Amino acid sequence: MGVVNGYLDAATAAPLHPVARQALQAALDGGWADPGRLYPVARQARQLLDAAREALAEALGTRPDELHFTAGGTEAARLAIDGVRAVRPGVVVHSAVEHSAVIKSAGDAAQVVGVDRTGRVDEDAFAAAVRTTGTAVAALQSANHEVGTVQPVAAVAAACRDAGVPLYVDAAQSVAWGPVPAGWSLLSASARKWGGPAGVGVLAVRKGVRWEDPRPAAPPVNIPLVVAAAAALRAVVAEAAAESARLRALVDRVRAAVAATVPDVEVVGDPDERLPHIATFSCLYVDGEALLHGLAREGFAVSSGSACTSDTLRPSHVLAAMGVLTHGNVRVSLHRETSSADVDRFLAVLPSVVAQVRAEAGVVGL
Amino acid sequence: MTSLDCRGKRCPLPVIALARAVPSVQVGDVVRVVADDPAAAVDIPAWCRMRGHELTATGTEDDGAPWYDVRRLT
Repeated sequence: MGVVNGYLDAATAAPLHPVARQALQAALDGGWADPGRLYPVARQARQLLDAAREALAEALGTRPDELHFTAGGTEAARLAIDGVRAVRPGVVVHSAVEHSAVIKSAGDAAQVVGVDRTGRVDEDAFAAAVRTTGTAVAALQSANHEVGTVQPVAAVAAACRDAGVPLYVDAAQSVAWGPVPAGWSLLSASARKWGGPAGVGVLAVRKGVRWEDPRPAAPPVNIPLVVAAAAALRAVVAEAAAESARLRALVDRVRAAVAATVPDVEVVGDPDERLPHIATFSCLYVDGEALLHGLAREGFAVSSGSACTSDTLRPSHVLAAMGVLTHGNVRVSLHRETSSADVDRFLAVLPSVVAQVRAEAGVVGL
Repeated sequence: MTSLDCRGKRCPLPVIALARAVPSVQVGDVVRVVADDPAAAVDIPAWCRMRGHELTATGTEDDGAPWYDVRRLT
């Protein structure tokens, strides 16, 4: 079994798309010069960058001159929120299940809107919150990164428009699967989530949105990485219809099989309104770290929202906001190289790995 | 009332201790768990929901450690 077969953590970083690898190699050869210069090799670099910018803009449903490049998704989230608040101070309304980058950027200015048991934000409460005087910006992810639940972006965008509040959408987990519903003012994504290289984030800021780049000076763009990111995004968007149908079927199989074959398990996230590639579940009485190690011994790389697997030893704020079991948590996220056989093998070993962790902890039959 | 001191115990140990204790009390009786692990605040209510028991009250001990009262229903 190759390394990639057991790699089921695409929501953290998808394996590099083969098209991105080719584009990266070509752009290393042709895109190394400073695009601001006027000689031929610089113009060549400039053309590569412009073409990549156009491809990214098209895939993201925005205009090339509305795109800003960052060092990754986390920086893009910070730029989105800080850039609005630089010209429009005030409260940041966001859901309780945003990525930690959004929550950290909002900081003390946050007004948090709760979610239901599936992780879907309460859109009425969100609309009421943005009507509160003094909201600078509202932030809602397109879909949740830990449990896959799709958020009501269109409804929330309408509420934000009515209230005159810009909506920032963290689309990191969803851009590979299709366009975000219209109505957003700012949108961010991260190339390594769609099969591009790490170190490329994008922030789109719609024309007319009051926003100021909070960076003293935007750093130089790494043209080869941006070219590779654009090639990967164009490729995955072209494959999205077929791939999302294929992965959705695999994820449905994971959700059904885990519920049927692992005792005392809670499969979480919305069963239907969800991303095609993420399945998440929590196993009662199981130490999340022991479970990750047990799966790693079988050759599987997955992630967990359990406290014992986090740097801070606090449970996932997403699972906590949903009110679902936080211990014994596993997130499986699939990608274009995940085969049906890989999923079968995972489902074949999972019940015995969980049973072994429970036996070692002496909790069988509780 | 049965009381379990789970101070200093990390998840999932407080929930395991609770699951061991509840069958030993009568239906309708309450078990108190004192647990300062932040995951317990989520996992004890989730366990009650999954097992059909009732979280009747929560509070804080003098030392700041949270407690959870769980009534056996089945």
